[in-house]
Amino acid sequence: MSIGLAHYLAVAAILFTIGVFGIFVNRKNIIVILMSIELILLAVNINLVAFSSFLHDVVGQIFAMFVLTVAAAEAAVGLAILVTFFRNRGDIAVDDASMMKG
Amino acid sequence: MALQAIAFYLLATVTVVAGLCVVSSRNPVHSVLFLILAFFSAAGLFVLLGAEFLAMLLVVVYVGAVAVLFLFVVMMLDVDFAALRQGFAQYAPLGAIIGGFLAFEMILVSSAVATHGAAKANDAPQAATAGFSNVESIGRVLYTDYIYFFQAAGLVLLVAMIGAIVLTLRHKPGVRRQVIADQVARGPKTGMRIVQIKPGEGISE
Repeated sequence: MSIGLAHYLAVAAILFTIGVFGIFVNRKNIIVILMSIELILLAVNINLVAFSSFLHDVVGQIFAMFVLTVAAAEAAVGLAILVTFFRNRGDIAVDDASMMKG
Repeated sequence: MALQAIAFYLLATVTVVAGLCVVSSRNPVHSVLFLILAFFSAAGLFVLLGAEFLAMLLVVVYVGAVAVLFLFVVMMLDVDFAALRQGFAQYAPLGAIIGGFLAFEMILVSSAVATHGAAKANDAPQAATAGFSNVESIGRVLYTDYIYFFQAAGLVLLVAMIGAIVLTLRHKPGVRRQVIADQVARGPKTGMRIVQIKPGEGISE
């Protein structure tokens, strides 16, 4: 009944998988793709905090804080790009975004 | 201990179910609301682990800022979201198979690491240095050993802020802005005009 490190790692693994699955199935909807990336980063944070807590080392939480910072910055810039994209095209379907002919 | 286990299973279940609803919801507004629920439950898991500071950070940063940002963008964009769900049923079986394998492998590896691996964990979770609170022990490390990383994180946020503003700022034509250089450079020659008026005619212009 005791909750150990493996339990938290399992939750993080499932959450990570859900994020990857979300990117798979919502290939056109970039808003849901961004939310899936947030879920993946949340899973990473749960891993970091679980290890930090069970190994009695506070550095993992510091690193989780930096991941949180980068995730917030990524969300802000991603949504700004999305708004600009919508203004230019009037749509947010990303599967046929080939304006740059890359 | 039993209460802790109940709380863990409750929070973990809510987190996972909310995550599933995020990726499978038809309405993106519902997706954002489920994202908020997932983050809130994950903050509860952090509290169970003893990391209170990160839990509060998660609530403040994600629920307070990022999720509201998502909500604004979803509501601002006038998009036919039903059309964007094309291919969901097509990709779902393949995604489920790959995701199932991914989750199976990760759980296998992580449980091996947690029980027998190099990172064999201590029994009780403890998220702070002995004798200090969680916040204090984070601060003692963050502001000494990791001070340059802390500054770099601030720089990342600054660059993201400037980037977001530069990307979304629009100069509308017809909006008159204050140009201070022009105001300062304005002198008697450009600022006024001397008109000679003949007697009895007045001025018409």
